[in-house]
Amino acid sequence: MTENENTTNDPIIICEDVHKWFDDFHVLKGITTTFKKGERAVICGPSGSGKSTFIRTINRLEEHQRGTIIVDGIELSNDLRNINLIRQEVGMVFQQFNLFPHLTNIKNITLGPIQVRKMPKKAAEEAALALLVRMGIEDQAYKYPAEISGGQQQRVAIARALAMEPKIMLFDEPTSALDPEMISEVLDVMRELAHSGMTMLVVTHEMGFAREVADRVMFFDEGVVIEEAAPADFFDNPQHERTKLFISQTLQH
Amino acid sequence: MENLAITQEVKPPNTSKSPLKWLQDNLFNTWYNTILTCLALVFLFLVFRGVLTWVFTQANWKVVPANLQILMIGPYSIEQVWRIWIVLDTLLVLLGLSAAVWKGLVLRISTVIASIGLIFLLIPLDLVKKIETDPATLEFNLNIVYLIFFKRRWLLGGLVLFGITFFLGRDRNSLRRWVIGGWILSFPWTMIVLHGFGENTISTTNWGGLLLTLILAAVGIAACFPLGVLLALGRRSQLPAIKWVSTIYIETIRGVPLITILFMGSIILPIFIPGDFQLDKVIRAMIALTLFSAAYMAENVRGGLQAIPQGQVEAAQAVGLTYPKTMLFIVLPQALRAVIPAIVGQFISLFKDTSLVSIVGLLDLLGIAKSILGNPKWQGLYVEVYIFIALIYFIFTFAMSFVSRKIEADLGVGKH
Ligand SMILES: Nc1ncnc2c1ncn2[C@@H]1O[C@H](COP(=O)(O)OP(=O)(O)O)[C@@H](O)[C@H]1O
Ligand SMILES: [Mg+2]
Repeated sequence: MTENENTTNDPIIICEDVHKWFDDFHVLKGITTTFKKGERAVICGPSGSGKSTFIRTINRLEEHQRGTIIVDGIELSNDLRNINLIRQEVGMVFQQFNLFPHLTNIKNITLGPIQVRKMPKKAAEEAALALLVRMGIEDQAYKYPAEISGGQQQRVAIARALAMEPKIMLFDEPTSALDPEMISEVLDVMRELAHSGMTMLVVTHEMGFAREVADRVMFFDEGVVIEEAAPADFFDNPQHERTKLFISQTLQH
Repeated sequence: MENLAITQEVKPPNTSKSPLKWLQDNLFNTWYNTILTCLALVFLFLVFRGVLTWVFTQANWKVVPANLQILMIGPYSIEQVWRIWIVLDTLLVLLGLSAAVWKGLVLRISTVIASIGLIFLLIPLDLVKKIETDPATLEFNLNIVYLIFFKRRWLLGGLVLFGITFFLGRDRNSLRRWVIGGWILSFPWTMIVLHGFGENTISTTNWGGLLLTLILAAVGIAACFPLGVLLALGRRSQLPAIKWVSTIYIETIRGVPLITILFMGSIILPIFIPGDFQLDKVIRAMIALTLFSAAYMAENVRGGLQAIPQGQVEAAQAVGLTYPKTMLFIVLPQALRAVIPAIVGQFISLFKDTSLVSIVGLLDLLGIAKSILGNPKWQGLYVEVYIFIALIYFIFTFAMSFVSRKIEADLGVGKH
């Protein structure tokens, strides 16, 4: 795969020996890594290996208990102001979309900009409509989430995250809950986003997407990154047995 | 949330039947069902005949019109009744503005209320009385003008103001927050206007009847709702102190009968409060009712909060919403919507529970009814008086549950 022309050398997320426990259960066992501005990283690995937990520590939906995480120059601590600052810079897209069912799609998108960024309502709506055009679903603006398809809902969710003009986007298995025929419409907008230079951390099993878009593939197993490499190396020349097994299993279907 | 794909709605096959067919299928389909239906009809006939005979030939309804004023406003001075009218007219103004800026259901409800006002304005009840007593001196046309433009000038004025404010406020949605502020201010405003100040004060001991019942219920409802929401949020808080205080409060109050709390407020509390600082009796009853209902309200709201998936909170946090805003814009709207029937049920309970204040010596609707029955002139007319006040309670509670169903339908509960 070609080098990403957008990637810079400025680090934007720095993780140092990040540990996380759920009660006694050690979920993250010392993650140390750095993501650069504009980098696209794909995170894969078996279910339960801590992928979701890891990306959720980056916007503090989960609290890590040891180590440091620095996002855009701000260290994540219990300081609420820092957490809210970071959440404004980090957008997140969930497996189950998590759209707000009582709000129309456009209100789902404008809520953050109006309430958090203090954007005037009019400007927020215009920006939201522009995003919906970019997502190819401008005609769904005034419907409720339950009235549109899963693929459309996930694109609204992406627009909701982008409306905050984040520097980083986190995706947690964005296509896993979708019917097969809707996966590509979501991957298309993610691909477009990747080419626009957004820093992206994507947990996914879509290996085609990883090969095409990623600068780096990270393989999680039992709370540690056991292998990371550029996609070409990762897929064609995996080092670890676990990785080889995982790749062969994932590519089978 | 599920991943809902759009499905084409297919109408069920048309199964509506003619009434005759329905009767045949449901009431007379087997020989035993036919017998049961006939027995039920005979039973209903006997009951209705008994009730109607009593209502129209045996009951002494004179007690109601003779005491109508005291049932409505208690010992409140009739010379000061303009104060009540000021309050009602204020409410009509707010109603007109609300109808204008919210439209939809609010507009429909306001229209119904204004129409009821209009009916009262136009029904010539007093004239009917006059015709009965003194038909000779009647000048019908003049009298109706007199009736509407003078005797009922407050009602007329209120309805005109309702119309004007509705007209002026149309489509000015930016007024919404002011209207909400107006509704909140209407509570202290009502208290001040009804009470007055200086030499013209009307002590709350003179507030009574339906007036007092409505004030107690309105204050209780308006105050227990936010308090209940806060308690529900408190009980689910991550902070142990807040969590425990809320939980202990809710469980304690729910373990104690309302009447005990009313007694504590009206008899025990004053013993401990020193000197001349004595909280007004009516206000103490309001506080007791509010504190009591808030605990139940909290549990209703908590039920709704539990139904909201964690993903909703996470999505809100992920766009950077603070905790209060997450609750206000995401969690509470969904949670409250899910428990509207329970909340309105709580309001209805509260409305009926106000009747307990008659036990601690307030003259609410029930208190007045008791005092009327204590009068030798009306001795023994229990059934008439109680049926009448029951009817009043029913009208209000029925209206509340009707509105609740409309709100549910309007918000499309279970749809979005
Ligand atoms: N809130 C939680 N409480 C307790 N255990 C959890 C919680 N969330 C996740 N886990 C556990 O942590 C492990 C890692 O979960 P997760 O990060 O979701 O894995 P992945 O996304 O890689 O499938 C799993 O074993 C899961 O059961
Ligand atoms: Mg996961």
